[in-house]
Amino acid sequence: MTGSMEQLYQQVILDHAKYPHGRGLGESVEGAHSAQSHQVNPTCGDEVTLQVDVDDAGVVRGLRWEGQGCSISQASVSVLHDLVLDQPLETVGSLSETFRALLQSRGAGLDDEKAEDALGDAAAFTGVGRFSARVKCALLGWVALNDALIKTGVTPNHPEDV
Amino acid sequence: MGSTLEAAELAAVRADFPLLERTVRGGRPLVYLDSAATSQKPDVVLDAEQDFYLQRNAAVHRGAHQLAEEATEEFEDARARVASFVGVRPGELVWTTNATAGINLVAYAMSNASLGRGGAAARRFALHPGDEIVVTEAEHHANLVPWQELAARTGATLRWIGVADDGRLRTQELADVVTDRTRVLAFTHASNVTGAISDVAAFVARAREVGALTVLDACQSVPHVPVDLHGLGVDFAAFSGHKMLAPTGVGALYGRRELLDAMPPVTTGGSMVEVVTMTETTYAPPPQRFEAGTQMVSQAVAMGAAATYLDDLGMDAVAAHEAHLTGLLLDAVASVPGVRVIGPTDTRDRLANVSFVVDGVHAHDVGQVLDDAGVAVRVGHHCAQPLHRRFGIAATARASAAVYTTDEEIAVFREALAGVRAFFGLTDAAREVVA
Repeated sequence: MTGSMEQLYQQVILDHAKYPHGRGLGESVEGAHSAQSHQVNPTCGDEVTLQVDVDDAGVVRGLRWEGQGCSISQASVSVLHDLVLDQPLETVGSLSETFRALLQSRGAGLDDEKAEDALGDAAAFTGVGRFSARVKCALLGWVALNDALIKTGVTPNHPEDV
Repeated sequence: MGSTLEAAELAAVRADFPLLERTVRGGRPLVYLDSAATSQKPDVVLDAEQDFYLQRNAAVHRGAHQLAEEATEEFEDARARVASFVGVRPGELVWTTNATAGINLVAYAMSNASLGRGGAAARRFALHPGDEIVVTEAEHHANLVPWQELAARTGATLRWIGVADDGRLRTQELADVVTDRTRVLAFTHASNVTGAISDVAAFVARAREVGALTVLDACQSVPHVPVDLHGLGVDFAAFSGHKMLAPTGVGALYGRRELLDAMPPVTTGGSMVEVVTMTETTYAPPPQRFEAGTQMVSQAVAMGAAATYLDDLGMDAVAAHEAHLTGLLLDAVASVPGVRVIGPTDTRDRLANVSFVVDGVHAHDVGQVLDDAGVAVRVGHHCAQPLHRRFGIAATARASAAVYTTDEEIAVFREALAGVRAFFGLTDAAREVVA
């Protein structure tokens, strides 16, 4: 195996793919604004259904998902689950932006070390950026999250939040 | 040339394909096993396209100057070569941009006929509520979606022939599914996923019994086995250039001459007319009636060169070489624990495209590990989602060979495939413990 393969399939990615977190759809968190999004990667058939619950204060209180696909796509949703649960939407937005920037860095990583540290396990996806065909695999869960959050109708600048 | 390719002949063939010499992923020799998606191109094909532009480029079928004459002759000569390659007459071969366009051409012509276009002669193509279109569960989306759309536009009903567990079509269902209501029977000559070659004679015989038109997707067969469309007796057949050593952007639609004569045009405009007034137009005879606008002349010329290249090798020899490779591919996949073929596991009536799943590893991840060894395979649903759904899977990896593929390449593929499950921590020892 070449080094780029080891960088693509970091152990943390393989672990999340094997033992995913937050998997299994279920009841919404009571009193929260809940929504669901189903996303498909039409070129390979990978799919993710993601449910998210956001409370009135704009904090993610629940996140569950179901899906099938490659290790990159499934591990990415598992990592996403750990990152955004219990986080305010402002933080979720910046994590999402940082993750996209990381994947667009073609494997180089981010200059902003602090931002990259905030990604936690998601920083392991740096190597995916070298394989342009796989970037969309890693983003599938994030696209579903973004879509579900819009559907909840709760925005980071929620009036009750101010 | 003998009945199959000797080692020296195969070496000579490979020398015709400069791309095969390149390396990938940090210096590994390329092992190209994705020819069912698109083939590589020999020098003679690339030269034919370039020579056309360097020596004879001009608008065809117009202009009285020498260049225009030479360009037209070369364009029509290419048509004759491709027509002869599949056993039909030049006047029965319509240039299309690809096979998808060819199938859509037939579907939209039927749609236009259903609206009354083409007059009485075209009534045989008209569909109405109550009519049925029959396809198969093994179709590439290109031979499924156009028929779904035609059914939606005309009120006709879409039905299909199923696929058996071994990946072959359930030909025995023809008797029940194809009825007096069936107007079109569209089916693949060989599946781009399972590699299974259809029993065309049985399909054509049943269609004739009920008076249905047959439309054959010949994309996978034409580049790999001798195909005689007149002999097969189908009414229409579509295939692409890029899968048969020619460039992208060109394909061909065969239509039985009397059918093309009666069929209304689809794309209208320049080059496909006889007399145009401000209110109405009469149309050119086929094939020009179906070739509106400036054609892909250089690509067509190159497709003619590709047909000649394959003819010179001899399609019997090509088919024999690839039958040998089919056996090697099936053996390679069978020799690796935890790998299962989707499609026939014997070489009878089967092409050298072998799709498979690896226990516990998604096809994308399989493809990535193979790619790391320089082995290019296709991963995904291969534009055949219903067929994958039939087998309860979302994606497969597919290794597909062509005339230039060698035994050694399949050995490299086998070696890389054998390492896939170990890479993802799924060793055979672990499997045994679980078992």
